[in-house]
Amino acid sequence: MKKYAPSRLHSLGQLRRVVKVGDAASGAVRTALRPIRALGFPYRKPMVPKGVVVPADPSKLGANFETGWARSAGAKAARSVVTNGPMRAFVKVVASPQVVGLDRLADLQRLDETPAVIFAPNHHSHVDTPLIITVVPEPWRSTLVVAAAADYFFDTRVKGALAALTLNAFPIDREVTSRKSSDELRKLIDDGWSLVIYPEGGRSPDGWGQEFKGGAAYLANRTGAAVVPVFIDGTGSIYGKGMKRLKRGTTKVVFGSPLRPIEGESTRRFNTRIEAAVAALGDEALTDFWTARKRAAQGNNPKLTGPEYNGWRRQWALAEHRKLGRAGVRRRQNRRWPDLG
Amino acid sequence: MPRPGFVLEVDRSTPPILFWRGENFSLEKLPAGRSRVIYPPEPLEALSDIDGAIRNALLNPIDQDPLATQLFPGMKLTIAFDDVSLPLPKMTRPDVRQRVIEAVLDTAAAAGVDDVHIIAALGLHRRMHEYELRHALGDRIYDAFHTRGMLYQHDAEDHDNLTVIGTTDEGEVLEINKRAADSDLVVYVNINSVAMDGGWKSITTGLASYRCLSFHHNPETLQNTKSLMGHRHQSALHTSVWRLGKVLKDHGPKIFQIETTLNTDMFPSPFEFINKREWEWTAKDRATFLGTTKSLNRTPIKLARKIFHGIEGPHQMTSVQAGETEAVHKITLEHVHRQQLMEVHGQTDILTLGIPFVSPYNPDGVMNPILVMCMGLGYLFNMYRNKPLVREGGVVIMTHPCYRDFNPVHHPSYIDFFEQVLSDTTDPAEMSRKWEKQYAEDEWYRHLYRTGNAYHGVHPFYAWYWGAHGLQHAGKVIIVGGDPPTVRRLGFTPASTMDDAFEIASDVVGRSPTITHLHVPALLIADVQ
Repeated sequence: MKKYAPSRLHSLGQLRRVVKVGDAASGAVRTALRPIRALGFPYRKPMVPKGVVVPADPSKLGANFETGWARSAGAKAARSVVTNGPMRAFVKVVASPQVVGLDRLADLQRLDETPAVIFAPNHHSHVDTPLIITVVPEPWRSTLVVAAAADYFFDTRVKGALAALTLNAFPIDREVTSRKSSDELRKLIDDGWSLVIYPEGGRSPDGWGQEFKGGAAYLANRTGAAVVPVFIDGTGSIYGKGMKRLKRGTTKVVFGSPLRPIEGESTRRFNTRIEAAVAALGDEALTDFWTARKRAAQGNNPKLTGPEYNGWRRQWALAEHRKLGRAGVRRRQNRRWPDLG
Repeated sequence: MPRPGFVLEVDRSTPPILFWRGENFSLEKLPAGRSRVIYPPEPLEALSDIDGAIRNALLNPIDQDPLATQLFPGMKLTIAFDDVSLPLPKMTRPDVRQRVIEAVLDTAAAAGVDDVHIIAALGLHRRMHEYELRHALGDRIYDAFHTRGMLYQHDAEDHDNLTVIGTTDEGEVLEINKRAADSDLVVYVNINSVAMDGGWKSITTGLASYRCLSFHHNPETLQNTKSLMGHRHQSALHTSVWRLGKVLKDHGPKIFQIETTLNTDMFPSPFEFINKREWEWTAKDRATFLGTTKSLNRTPIKLARKIFHGIEGPHQMTSVQAGETEAVHKITLEHVHRQQLMEVHGQTDILTLGIPFVSPYNPDGVMNPILVMCMGLGYLFNMYRNKPLVREGGVVIMTHPCYRDFNPVHHPSYIDFFEQVLSDTTDPAEMSRKWEKQYAEDEWYRHLYRTGNAYHGVHPFYAWYWGAHGLQHAGKVIIVGGDPPTVRRLGFTPASTMDDAFEIASDVVGRSPTITHLHVPALLIADVQ
């Protein structure tokens, strides 16, 4: 709910005076426009014949929201201030992230020209975006574009402008990426911008993950950019879908090795590989590297989508699952001391 | 295109040359017309796809089946890796060992191998700290294996966990880590920074007992090792190690050797000037040098050490090969030579060496006087093939502050060695006869080695023996800028300045000696013709 500033209209008399002034102003405008109205078309808007439907102007909201200005030098500088100032402080206070696996990006980082990549994290919360923006290493951080749901972030001008300026968000349809969106994203990658795409298409509705949609794989296939799988643990407990207020907690972000489509690999197969990689990182985040690799070799990493069954058992399993993670109390493993005799 | 090594004949227009002086530098003017400076070859290009090269090496090993086909469920797999003494300075993450071991573990996971032990092959070196293990192996491997007791460090004094594999014709006993000996396969992950490393030396020293090491780590063998970095047939140490290797091959576990080589890109920004030739220093390099040396002059030594040991080298992998130990090592040496070998003509009367802040035996520690000797006469002096850079009876001049300063955690027995043994004798053979056993079997040193982070009690002897050949070859050793009483305790001559050192050297080599300076950081092998 918006809260208005305390009104300065203290009495009914004052209110009446304001209304009177308003009426007088609108009357004056109408009087001024009367001669033009009398002139009619073409000085006035034409009447629409009966039975004819005038096609609506294409919307400038949603997927059509223009965000090019948000990547200008001025907007970039403003965003850098926001990212490294309030956003970083917010993330530190609210999510206290532990970041692991950045060494897997070292080979790309040390290239003379660092290539654009597509970061593909799982998605549980609105906190995920500021979190990922602040933990992605340079040089990608300053050239990061976040693919954001067009119907949610770009449904009004103000919201869209704010998302574009602070997050460098780019509108994308959740279900089917339009040709225009995909062409523009491709152009962005070609221009050296890296992307954050949540392959799940939206925040998790129940705390478990969702099946990956093929956006990231499709773009990687079209552009040749590498996909960096990322697993974010803990944000679901901080501000998961449906939560009314933020609850401070701890998070863990695990970066995986960059993946590239194998020659001849279809988007669907590559997407499956990306999902498996994120699932393996999730397993690594909750257990350890060796357990995760052994399970990955057998295709047994716990699925991001959780158990097959529904109802209370699914929620019950989620609580158990969260206990293993960074957001909950971490289970201590038994420490084995060397036998020194 | 990296430039090959270069021998500069010093003339009157040659600028002063950079010398290391421990945790600082100095510029020294060398006499024109009779001095030369050996600049090492520039760093080679690193592999563009390092992880791809590692996978390829595991899939296509030399003279062995692919690693994947050698692994099976229920087997005992042991992965051993080189310890913190390599590389120097430590490399930026991810370390080569982490990359290779992760690839091996991926293959083992795919093959369903559960029983995997990862062992730091540290021989008689100190146990690595947790942060060092994490740096070498990465957090992922450390967190997964250490808590389960499946990642640990070799203990050369744990007699219950050592086993005798066999004996050579010369009577050398091969005694190594029991877990490795009992394994169905031992994967050894090596970093070959210098030509001395790798091959059979990896396991027969890294996983061996004191008894086993004492057969070749002794004055006689090391005096006959000419040189450590040179031809194998001129190295008594390597000849002994290769005999032990044959025993290991015939009677030991199956070994899958993975060897890697690095380029010599050792110092990152802002220390690039160290790697450059002085006349190519830009204004920025000169300003950095001046700023660095002036500030280091006013920096407390502990802070200076912290700064230098915090440096992470940008060196990267230039090759990786896997398979049968000898076949692999042959190719590794070719890659080491590709980076480090350069031809130099003739010997000189004097060899000058700048001694840096670090040697293989003091990572994150103090470069004590014994290690100054070991680094100068053991390592840098031995950076040759065929014959030394200095003639027999010539003078070796080193630059180092040579503080009487020891790290009591890492080097407890070095302190007593300095006070007790060196005040008695500096002759390797004599100290070996009189003192070695006492230090090697001292219970307190043994305890510190096994449970703390101390080098083995006998290690200062080995560090001294490492320089035995240089000690025997040189007619005089002078340390410029060294603490005089400390330098005299080492049996060397102190000098305040380089000019003083040349003056002192004139007793041995006359008034117009020829001089060679080995530009350090130099990882080079001078092939002296």
